[in-house]
Amino acid sequence: MMVGSKSSSEAARLVTPTMLVLWLVLATVPLWITRIGLYPYLGIEILIWSLYAMAFNLVLGTAGLPSFGHGAYFGIGAYAFGLCQFDIVANLWICLVAAALAAGLAGALVALFISHRRGIYYAFMTIAFGQIFWTLAIKSHRITGGEDGLLKIKRLPANFGLVSFDLTDNVAFYYFVLAAFAVGVAALWRLVHSPYGRVVAAIRQSETRAAHLGYNVWLYKASIFALSAAVSGFAGGLFAMAQLAAFPDVMSLHQSGYVVMMTLVGGGLVSFWGPVIGVFLFLTARDVIGALTNAWMLYFGLLFIAIVLFRPEGIAGAISAALQQHSLNALRQRGTSAMRLLVGGGR
Amino acid sequence: MSMLEAAGVHVRFGDRVVLESVDLAVADGEFHGVMGPNGAGKTTFFNVLTGRVKPSRGKVRLGGEDVTGLSPHRIAAKGIARSFQIMTLFDEFSARDNVMMGLPEFRARGLDFVHAVAGDRRFAEQASEALAAVGLVEKGDVRAKDLSYGDRRALEIAVALAQAPRVLCLDEPTSGLGSDGVQRLAALIARLKGKLTIVAIEHDMEFLFSLADRISVIHWGQVVARGTPHELQRNDWVRRSNLGKFA
Repeated sequence: MMVGSKSSSEAARLVTPTMLVLWLVLATVPLWITRIGLYPYLGIEILIWSLYAMAFNLVLGTAGLPSFGHGAYFGIGAYAFGLCQFDIVANLWICLVAAALAAGLAGALVALFISHRRGIYYAFMTIAFGQIFWTLAIKSHRITGGEDGLLKIKRLPANFGLVSFDLTDNVAFYYFVLAAFAVGVAALWRLVHSPYGRVVAAIRQSETRAAHLGYNVWLYKASIFALSAAVSGFAGGLFAMAQLAAFPDVMSLHQSGYVVMMTLVGGGLVSFWGPVIGVFLFLTARDVIGALTNAWMLYFGLLFIAIVLFRPEGIAGAISAALQQHSLNALRQRGTSAMRLLVGGGR
Repeated sequence: MSMLEAAGVHVRFGDRVVLESVDLAVADGEFHGVMGPNGAGKTTFFNVLTGRVKPSRGKVRLGGEDVTGLSPHRIAAKGIARSFQIMTLFDEFSARDNVMMGLPEFRARGLDFVHAVAGDRRFAEQASEALAAVGLVEKGDVRAKDLSYGDRRALEIAVALAQAPRVLCLDEPTSGLGSDGVQRLAALIARLKGKLTIVAIEHDMEFLFSLADRISVIHWGQVVARGTPHELQRNDWVRRSNLGKFA
């Protein structure tokens, strides 16, 4: 199979046509979401979880590292955002940086211990550390509010010096989150297609080969984990603003499992956009099927099983395969028509 | 001074001694063959030279510098490239991207997450040069996993050459190749001879005896014979062993 030149030209861009179309469509969401019986907050959740899932996919999809405790970093970001505005300074930008920094540092600390492992040992270590952070969040009642969570977190205004935007309204906050999502997506796209992203993807395919080409495999595995944790923490900071609180539940093992499911169902292993598709499906299924039955997770679970069994490359992979088949059929059709013309002309 | 030198290399896994006081000195530009029966310790010796296995005793020097026990990535960065007995490529990458990963310039920019790879033509051009050296330039855009077995073997060598190594270690490079493939490989090695220091483990005696400047025979973890192909053909141990039939 040839590796297409179209994809390389897309990889060289900071902003691709797909991104522009997606951002434009997302920008119209507040105009019609209530008309279809949904609400702007769902849009906010989808954007925040999409950013989180894309950050998670740096580890799972790009690096091929099975991390099953990533909720910890999302949660640490949420707590750090709240604690920053309560105890340090109530500034949106500083608190978002604090969220990313705290989660990134926690990720770096964990990465020190797990980056020389792989496979099942790596996976279990991520779960163990995730559980440690979750337990700390529940037990440190004076700092985190324990099981009640850290309440009364404010949506701080987005102050740009000359102008300041109030984000208390859900529609205003949606557009702020959309802007953060757009910047995050462009940054992650560039990272994945940079020399660094290439090396990480190479390590996923063969650690041995990469090491014998002169790459410090441990350093790359550790740094991609810390980076992923930092972006997850940033998304967690946004989530704290969205919920006006930070709860330990997002750090639990089952919530960490959600992001894995979202990423796999969407097709994160084969596509940059897979996690976004997975998050959209998961959260809309939660709200739409969840309005009909409490057992919505049963149906999503069945979808997950079906995808793992029949389409392990996920929905993005299935779409990509269908598009490839379509182009192949079109080429065959053109070839047949050309043959007919040639044969006809010969007569 | 030798380009690559191993002195008294000793490796044991638990109670089992795998290598016992193995010495090797390969001159700059020499093609040194390593032969011996299966399980003799040849690949373990390669793993010591390239950092995969730390020796229990002994030293490995590259251009006079002690590189004993350094990790594989450090040894690779110092200039020892290797291929593997079981082919190890980045299967999802194109042939060109595989080679690009080996370029020292690319490695130097490995932590750059600001610039796009696709925007830099120099990498693609340099990778194409290495592919041309092994006759794969036409297949640069083909994924490694979609290449034929012989082309994959050639790609492994192209990746190693892209590293601009001081020493190239080839672990059974003709393994699984048909006669055409072996001839192509022999022609390539003949072109590289003298320009690059090469150490090759090989079972194809015809290939080895026609190309190598000197050959070491390893058996039971020890060097039992060493010399030019002509000298080895007259060596008693080689003549008595199965290997002598081919020599």
